[in-house]
Amino acid sequence: MLDVNTETLRRVDLITVSGRVDSNTAHELEERLQESMDKGRCNLVLDMSRVEYLSSAGLRILVSTLRHCKRKGGDVRIALPSERVSEVMALAGLDTLFETYEDITLAVGSF
Amino acid sequence: MGRKASLTVPGRYSQIQRLCNFVAEGAQQAGFDEDEIFRVQLACDEACTNIIEHTYQGEDQGMITVNWRIETERFVIKIEDSGERFDPTDIPPPPPVPPPVDPVDDDFDIQVGGLGVFFMRQLMDAVTFSYEEGEGNVLTMIKQRPAGPSQ
Repeated sequence: MLDVNTETLRRVDLITVSGRVDSNTAHELEERLQESMDKGRCNLVLDMSRVEYLSSAGLRILVSTLRHCKRKGGDVRIALPSERVSEVMALAGLDTLFETYEDITLAVGSF
Repeated sequence: MGRKASLTVPGRYSQIQRLCNFVAEGAQQAGFDEDEIFRVQLACDEACTNIIEHTYQGEDQGMITVNWRIETERFVIKIEDSGERFDPTDIPPPPPVPPPVDPVDDDFDIQVGGLGVFFMRQLMDAVTFSYEEGEGNVLTMIKQRPAGPSQ
């Protein structure tokens, strides 16, 4: 199961992702991220502290969102990645691609 | 305690977690710790996702059978489908991403594309493929059991 909650802050959309991000649920995450981007909200912080599982299908969504946001002058920053998220990103060699913060306030304030 | 087991499900994304949980049961019996069980599950997930995406080219086009067996030193997973021949091991691994990388670059999409097979190779000790006319594709993934495994 996947749960995605979007909180619209002044400069940033804070998106809390919980549960399992795999080929069965990646489209749900994609839709929710797309909702922010469709509103022109391209400064995104993803709280990934409660992501229990991430496969390459989920990783692809994160990367495509990053590409879109960067092209619009924004960015996708990761707050509190769970151990599984960190491991999968490192496995893919993509751990340096996203700015990562160990504190949500710092991540939001970084924009 | 079972030393081998088999599960067949429809080729559907919603079934992959069930297959992963099934493989996790075997991996646990083989003596792997929580981190290694996660890696075995992820390899199985990537293999089954590839079957739906590339072999069946969509959901509900055929069945997927996952077999596992515990050998003295190895944990062996065999994943079978009845689709056209598709050898994921033919896919070259993505080139390493040297920092700094520009995700806006179009070439970057290609690098991310082959991640599933790359993961399978990284997470397991061996990944091999065979195809039998009338039988279908068989992907075999092997992981060495930890020293002092539970029996």
